Amino acid sequence: CAKNTQPTGTPPFEEEFPDLSKHNNHMAKVLSKEVYGKLRDKQTPSGYTLDDVIQTGVDNPGHPFIMTVGCVAGDEESYEVFKDLLDPVISDRHGGYKPTDKHKTDLNHENLKGGDDLDPNYVLSSRVRTGRSIKGFTLPPHNSRGERRIIERLSIEALNSLDGEFKGKYYPLKTMTDAEQEQLIADHFLFDKPVSPLLTCAGMARDWPDGRGIWHNENKTFLVWVNEEDHLRVISMQKGGNMREVFRRFCVGLQKIEEIFKKHDHGFMWNEHLGYILTCPSNLGTGLRGGVHVKLPKLSTHPKFEEILTRLRLQKRGTGGVDTASVGGVFDISNADRLGSSEVEQVQLVVDGVKLMVEMEKKLEKGESIDSMIPAQK
Amino acid sequence: MSFPNTTKAPRADFPDLRKHNNCMASALTPGIYARLRDKTTPNNWTLDQCIQTGVDNPGHPFIKTVGMVAGDEETYEVFAELFDPVIKDRHNGYDPRTMKHPTDLDITSGFFDERYVLSSRVRTGRSIRGLSLPPACTRSERREVERVVVTALAGLKGDLTGRYYSLGDMSEREQQQLIDEHFLFDKPVSPLLTAAGMARDWPDARGIWHNNEKNFLIWINEEDHTRVISMEKGGNMKRVFERFCRGLKQVERLIQERGWEFMWNERLGYILTCPSNLGTGLRAGVHIRLPLLSKDARFKKILDNLRLQKRGTGGVDTAATGDTFDISNLDRLGKSEVELVQLVIDGVNYLIECEKRLERGQDIKIPSPVPQFRK
Repeated sequence: CAKNTQPTGTPPFEEEFPDLSKHNNHMAKVLSKEVYGKLRDKQTPSGYTLDDVIQTGVDNPGHPFIMTVGCVAGDEESYEVFKDLLDPVISDRHGGYKPTDKHKTDLNHENLKGGDDLDPNYVLSSRVRTGRSIKGFTLPPHNSRGERRIIERLSIEALNSLDGEFKGKYYPLKTMTDAEQEQLIADHFLFDKPVSPLLTCAGMARDWPDGRGIWHNENKTFLVWVNEEDHLRVISMQKGGNMREVFRRFCVGLQKIEEIFKKHDHGFMWNEHLGYILTCPSNLGTGLRGGVHVKLPKLSTHPKFEEILTRLRLQKRGTGGVDTASVGGVFDISNADRLGSSEVEQVQLVVDGVKLMVEMEKKLEKGESIDSMIPAQK
Repeated sequence: MSFPNTTKAPRADFPDLRKHNNCMASALTPGIYARLRDKTTPNNWTLDQCIQTGVDNPGHPFIKTVGMVAGDEETYEVFAELFDPVIKDRHNGYDPRTMKHPTDLDITSGFFDERYVLSSRVRTGRSIRGLSLPPACTRSERREVERVVVTALAGLKGDLTGRYYSLGDMSEREQQQLIDEHFLFDKPVSPLLTAAGMARDWPDARGIWHNNEKNFLIWINEEDHTRVISMEKGGNMKRVFERFCRGLKQVERLIQERGWEFMWNERLGYILTCPSNLGTGLRAGVHIRLPLLSKDARFKKILDNLRLQKRGTGGVDTAATGDTFDISNLDRLGKSEVELVQLVIDGVNYLIECEKRLERGQDIKIPSPVPQFRK
């Protein structure tokens, strides 16, 4: 028998430390040998380890221009047990957010000012999304089939109890008919098995399509994804520029759903430091992305476009969503922040910022300068 | 309505395999799952980890994949209740509970007509005992495999003298050279492999070693700890296999000098990651031109009876280009290396005979099936 087998006891952590010399993501910037050594032997109560947290960042070195997060949480406790890694990552990603900072949650849609008059000649559609995690279960990188199925059952029960404008139906990915699938694709509601290695390397596509599905109301203005990248992704949307209405429906729907989960002692994961707990540290806080598809062919080619967006605390994406290009001068414009400001504050920034940019577009159409309109940093 | 924590019950976790077509899905019952679900190997590898790749990849109606992998040597014992029927299914009735696998690395014959045979190749895999397998290994274990093997290879002499190219440190020029020689392996993209966790930490501790003559090549930490390949142009299978056996024996001696050994037992032969490669882990084959025979309706049956399989010249799951095929042994377990290579030699010679007969306008016969395991 072999004499030189692995000795019992773990090898020194230097042997285990990943080679991050070619990496460009938040995890790689923060993970030193000291931090690795300190956290390497810890586990959350469900058995999630540091190596699990960072695997996606080790496997995906990143891009010189796009800074990905490079780590995920396997459960609520990950953010506590691995604070020495995740706090600096959070600070980096969320504009200097400190471990002692408190996050404000405000889902009172009446606190939003305006937002019902964005010009529909420019603003083609409005949308608000967020994510929610169900307390007491581990997250998509780590959860078992049994846990995922219970999350699905709980979600179906909660959603099926909604009525009025929220009355709707659940479509499990596993048993969807061809006709239902076609319709959901045509409505731009259907989500696919993740192919991005950022997600697959974190184990989020395991057992696909078991326990996954889509729920939407009859009006097709309120939609919930079950067990994709988070336990729940909640989306409110409609054509045109009435962001106020979209946000109202978002807040009301979310609160109704939360009440039902709370009745079963399985409320949403939330704490006063990190707000809503989600799989990716980039979505902590509100987890909210509120945005519009807006026609800005002139403004988008203006040399100050990027600067304007930065000052307005907004970001642009293509109309296919994250990592896509704009088509025909139409951009997806949404809030850049997630943590450290409330839902109302973030949607307010979108509403005010988009209104301003549409006015700028109109000025540029008339051949006028927009220099006096350039905003101060928000 | 309350939701007690029934997530811990095996029944709650049983995968939905109704749309699946792989060996694991055929063998796994709720009873087996319930009995094995809470067991772990000494390295903490679990049943769920074994089967994840088979759950995530339902398979193809025509191609039955295995659908599970081992994380370490002990996997095959701890989860024998599932692995044994899968092994029996995949290896044509070989019963690990009752049968023994023969190992034999000393051949005597084998030279092919080079008007037909363009190249000859033999490959196998070897695992280093005491270190976890690619689905399960930590970065430090993987680096240890690299160290152990590269150190041993540095001790090879004569026609086996060579050098190591680490995937992470390779220069552009070296990379291009290795691609041109068809030696370079890429990060796996097949979901069969990625879902089993084999691409983690790429390219850390992965590399390629080859001798100066470029006919003996070793892949380190791809789908197995090592893949060992002997190849050359032309039809001298005897020399290819002789070099294969000699090289393997020398590498084994060199690692034993430092207190390491290969994973092997008499029930399953050489232990590798995928159950399909147990036994000899050996695929011996040729690239061969068979323009007339390949169009004959009896081609497939002839191959079946000779226990041979055809692949395209790009390897597994590729199509043939023109009339050139990759012909190799089907079996891995239950016959020794010598028996399998002899089978390829005899079989390929038979195919060449058929091709020649068809050239002369003569008829050909389907041979009787080669017998299965020795009693």
